[in-house]
Amino acid sequence: MTNDTVSTAETISHRKHRLRRDQKVTAVKVWLNTLAMSIVALIFTFPFIWMVFSALKPEAEIFSAIPSFIGSEVQWSNFVDAWTLVPFGRFIFNGFFVAIMGALLSVVVAVLSAYAFARLRFRYRDRLFLLYVLTLVLPQEVLVVPLFIMMNQFGLADTYAALIIPFAFTAFGTFLLRQFFLTIPVEFEEAARIDGASRLRTLWSVLLPQLTAPLSVLAVFSFVGYYNSYLWPLIIINSQDLATVPLGLSMFTGEHGTQWSLTMAAATLAIIPSLIIVAVLQRQLIRGIVLGGFGGR
Amino acid sequence: MFAGSEIRPSSAPQATRFRTNKIRESDGLVVLAYLWPGLVGFTTFILVPLLGSLLISMFEWPLFGTPTFIGFANYQKMFSDPTFYTVLVNTVIFAFVYTALNLLLALAVSLWLNTKIKFSSFWRVIFFLPAITPVIANALVWRLLLNDNGIVNSVLSSGGITGPSWLSDASFALSTVIAMSVWQSFGYNVIVLSAGLGSIPQEILEASRMDGTNAWQRLRSVILPMISPSLFFTMTMTMIGAFQVFVQPQVLTQGGPGESTNTFVLYMYRNGFVFDRLGYASALAWILFVVVMLITALQFAGQRKWVNYDK
Repeated sequence: MTNDTVSTAETISHRKHRLRRDQKVTAVKVWLNTLAMSIVALIFTFPFIWMVFSALKPEAEIFSAIPSFIGSEVQWSNFVDAWTLVPFGRFIFNGFFVAIMGALLSVVVAVLSAYAFARLRFRYRDRLFLLYVLTLVLPQEVLVVPLFIMMNQFGLADTYAALIIPFAFTAFGTFLLRQFFLTIPVEFEEAARIDGASRLRTLWSVLLPQLTAPLSVLAVFSFVGYYNSYLWPLIIINSQDLATVPLGLSMFTGEHGTQWSLTMAAATLAIIPSLIIVAVLQRQLIRGIVLGGFGGR
Repeated sequence: MFAGSEIRPSSAPQATRFRTNKIRESDGLVVLAYLWPGLVGFTTFILVPLLGSLLISMFEWPLFGTPTFIGFANYQKMFSDPTFYTVLVNTVIFAFVYTALNLLLALAVSLWLNTKIKFSSFWRVIFFLPAITPVIANALVWRLLLNDNGIVNSVLSSGGITGPSWLSDASFALSTVIAMSVWQSFGYNVIVLSAGLGSIPQEILEASRMDGTNAWQRLRSVILPMISPSLFFTMTMTMIGAFQVFVQPQVLTQGGPGESTNTFVLYMYRNGFVFDRLGYASALAWILFVVVMLITALQFAGQRKWVNYDK
């Protein structure tokens, strides 16, 4: 009897011991797995790391026979030089201005259109919506030539308006928000309507508060799209005063192309806003990608 | 998740409202009040340019000056332009190899991140970084890395290997452009596929494990079929994006050496805005449009064979 109890107790403690050992083994495996991943991630981010270190090197040591991260001195002045060689502050301002205005316009237009498609009744509604959806797969590059001619006709070439307006009407926002409008029960609005609220008021104070997630996703992605856009500004903008960040950076590929340390300093400056956006808004970004693919590039 | 599949069910709740409210079939002017900003913009900046580019392609159209109607001459010229065929082939090779590598890597990484690992969402964000930073900044660093005397070749030579001219040797340039493009954007698909993997119920994997399957079998007969809608979606969108490649060859190689990395959109840009031939550029744009639509349609037609929508 006592023997039995003892042996049972032993088995239990033995089992517990084994369980703990197994857990330890799994924990070690998890950390080894994580270590392997961090090595891969380090290699993956190496271009960015090299960008920053090169930005701090003296120009003469960019291509040294024995590569090293840090040159004979750390030249912070490269950043100052890159900033003053071209009006980089201006580019960043332009980039943010265009991106914020573009995102605002895109969101407003998308909210109104999505509401119409989700809640209002009219002839050809579904056909019109299908037409919108079909343009989701339209490569925007197909449109740049006619848009260029059009902007010249309107006298808008080389203006902020030309950077902002043409790309605020893509079907994506309408498509995305409509999906979300449809998930909200109509009863909410009907209650508000019976209380005497107008449609616009209902949209603003009943529907939109429930849509903050997709709205922020749309805003963030429009912002990033505008901020990174390159082909269109390259075509439509001539004056340096209106150049956005990618356009400003392209100036380093030409006349200043031989100065690698300054080019890398400029590239580092250009990616900082993007890194901040990723750090602050990663949840919205990830959600947005999961929700429905902006181009997949 | 994707357009086509979502249009139908949505009209169901609307239909019931129609019936209860038979008197008004349309909301009349209210519709216009909400729809006009979007509709005017959509028409002006998407529909009109799309049809307009077809019209423009019938003209000899200089950047500044009077256009002349020339009928189909731009298309005739295009079909006898050897560079047109070169850029078409380059773009198709780029699109297929890039899409395949992109999906393969994205799948591998998202499967890895789906194992027992610390900080998995942090790693996901890391792989996603170059997809958010300006392409031109990314391309500039790669140009430095892959310079004849750059760090990549220095490291290779310290291992006794003489690295090639990654960017100016015609047999490497296109591969380099593809590699850089895959590096830049596969993290985007990691996020889409991770979401797909995350939605597979654990019980199904557990049940399959109990049946004595190994990891490879589970991948082939459980995981892949279950994420096939995400795979199809990423494949289609990645392919559409691939046909628009422009910045990478423009910054890395300027389309060279020769025409070895010249792509459709780069050639279109040059024709329109460097060689002053907007009409010819429009003809190219239309062919690009047709090719992209054709390939997208083929993918949609092919999905029945391998995409599994029922859960």
